[in-house]
Amino acid sequence: MLRYLPLVLKSCWRNRRRTTLTVLSVAASLSLLGVLMAIYHAFYLSDPTPEQALRLAVRHRVSLVFTMPESYGQKIRQIPGVKEVMMQNWFGGVYKDRRPENLFARFMIESDRIFAIRPEIQVSEEQKKAFQRDRRGALMSRPLADRLGIKPGDRFTLQGDIFPGSYEFTLRAVFDSPDAADLMYFDRKYVEEGLIAYRRGNVGMFAVLAETPEAVPRIARAIEDEFRNSPVAVKAEPERQFQLGFINSLGNVKMFLLSICAAVTFTVLLVTANTMAMSARERVREVGILKTLGFTRETILGLILGEAALVAATGGLIGLLLASALCAVVRQAPAFFTPLKTLMVPAPVALGCLGVAVAVGLVSAFTPAWGAARIPIVEALRAEE
Amino acid sequence: MAIPISYNLRNLAVRKTTTIMTALGIGLTVAVLLAILALVGGLRAAFQASGHPLHALVMRKGSDAELSSFVDRSVYQEMKFKPGVARTAKGEPMVSPETVVVINLPSVDNPEGSNVTLRGVSPAGIEMRDYARISSGRWFEPGKREVVVGRSIAARFPRARLGQKLQFGRGDWDVVGILDAGRAAANSEIFGDVFQISSDFGRERGFSSILVRATDAVAAAALINDITNDQRLTALARAETEYYESQTSSGLLVQYIGFFISIVMAVGSAFAAANTMYAAVARRAKEIGTLRVLGFSRASILASFLAESLLLAVLGGIAGCLLVLPLNGVTTGISNAVTFSEVAFEFRVSPAVMAAGVAFALVLGAAGGLFPASNAARKQILAALREV
Repeated sequence: MLRYLPLVLKSCWRNRRRTTLTVLSVAASLSLLGVLMAIYHAFYLSDPTPEQALRLAVRHRVSLVFTMPESYGQKIRQIPGVKEVMMQNWFGGVYKDRRPENLFARFMIESDRIFAIRPEIQVSEEQKKAFQRDRRGALMSRPLADRLGIKPGDRFTLQGDIFPGSYEFTLRAVFDSPDAADLMYFDRKYVEEGLIAYRRGNVGMFAVLAETPEAVPRIARAIEDEFRNSPVAVKAEPERQFQLGFINSLGNVKMFLLSICAAVTFTVLLVTANTMAMSARERVREVGILKTLGFTRETILGLILGEAALVAATGGLIGLLLASALCAVVRQAPAFFTPLKTLMVPAPVALGCLGVAVAVGLVSAFTPAWGAARIPIVEALRAEE
Repeated sequence: MAIPISYNLRNLAVRKTTTIMTALGIGLTVAVLLAILALVGGLRAAFQASGHPLHALVMRKGSDAELSSFVDRSVYQEMKFKPGVARTAKGEPMVSPETVVVINLPSVDNPEGSNVTLRGVSPAGIEMRDYARISSGRWFEPGKREVVVGRSIAARFPRARLGQKLQFGRGDWDVVGILDAGRAAANSEIFGDVFQISSDFGRERGFSSILVRATDAVAAAALINDITNDQRLTALARAETEYYESQTSSGLLVQYIGFFISIVMAVGSAFAAANTMYAAVARRAKEIGTLRVLGFSRASILASFLAESLLLAVLGGIAGCLLVLPLNGVTTGISNAVTFSEVAFEFRVSPAVMAAGVAFALVLGAAGGLFPASNAARKQILAALREV
């Protein structure tokens, strides 16, 4: 089988321009398929990180827009298996203006609990202390601080919208994290102390840390049961599911990704099928000669299919390299959503893409290869271009 | 002298299979672009159709959305006596205090539930929405736990149909009517009595926004100025149309992603088109030689092959349009970044969108056809005639 490889390579290289164009065309489409499948994988198929697997998000049953009373935190803390509970609110607000480069997620949290809840946040001990000491201190992810050009010690202002007024902060700490989205944290006491009495004590989300990942589903049920008959019922779910719910609320993302993947795959199929048909048509006479030399039908079929698979697989490989590069671009894009911040082409997706490429190559070459293999020698030899 | 276009047409017809496959490849690329343009176009149309030109929307200073806004009851009282406010037939000022919240309902696409905007309005607010009409049932009665749902809501949320009960806030609400607001965003909202809704959601202290109608365009501009400059109010007014216009940004992300995908696919298809055209040039070397002998210039050979590539692309563009056409009028929902809730809209495959698709295909065809065509034009007569 392998001894025919040089022959296959030679015939690939016969029409260099066409092979190159086909490879590039397949590569362009496959790079897109790779990125989309990587996103799909990151959203729906990947496992949560060990830190994430321990966390739950508790929110108002109806919508994230509504809040829960502060007192719920105490009750959640008493549920067996719960290690830590932190109150968190979406602050919203405006930094400078509403241009996209000044958009980032701003959360009010509890500065004495955040590092226990999110152990993946890496901050120097000194900065951590400085942040916890200053009620108006801010904690930012490194990419965000770099992008805004703010250094520890610098002051900046946020204009509140959900919480009216103007809030001045000092950047106290910058954190590193594997999934460092554009995030800013600060202590909720700063905002709380300035609020009118009736607006105080409202919590948008409780971040709950479980002792073991196995306890998470049980804790979720226990929390929901605890507040089922309270005026404010809650929804408790693993953090990953909470994020997925957020993506799904954006619209039918799954359908969007899948339909574009299908369109891309079909386009690749058309492109390679077209090339293979052209190349087989040009070589009818050559096939005749091969046959007179004693090549069997099966071998000829195999040669042409092998050529198609090789061209498609080369395109697929280049496409995957491009896809990795595109993933790097996506990682840089400003986004609140953490799975996109660590986006890369995982092994199953890479294998899947190559599989699609090879399969498409084989399918597209089958009809012309079958035709070439079955053509009678005399007719083939007589054929003109 | 130009080579007649029928020469190219016949050539495309002779190589049926190749032509169809290449055109379909281009067609799929165009289809993806068109689907996204139709989506963004539909979304934009929904927001542009929303809002009344004489309406001013009063919100808290610093708030960009009704959801994060809060205005005190006293502001409502002030508004009623501002100059330039239009009056209803009964002589009441056209000022509607409104409470906007988001509730979660299971939808057709999403059994987990999608967020929907619930809006409490006053009787004046009903009268001010004269661009919308009740298509079945009736308006809610003030003081009762009744709601009217927009027509997109009725279609997309199985529980929000006429005669059904919706559960939110502190209990059940009867669905008593369905509202048809043309293409406006009101189709994606649920309406109820402002005081009932405020008390269910603990918002008795004030409202989310106040909608005011001015007597004419000049008065509207003056009113907006007056409110914004009134230091006592800590409120800000803006034209309602402008408010909805700004929500179109929800579609921007989809648009960017869509453009990116289309461009990458276009690169792939342009290579494929180049492949087809190179094959055409190689096969017709003798023909090219003959044409040159007959006296056609290099320029007309170039033009002819380029034209053929463009023809191929137009076929692809048309195929793309045909592929996307069934999407026209299909309703879907997308989350609105301003209101945190779902806004339903229809894909709009408008003639402008289709023209953009064909133009895109032409660019693609030109990119793919230029090199093969110049290759054809550069051929030496004798060499071309001798080529097998």
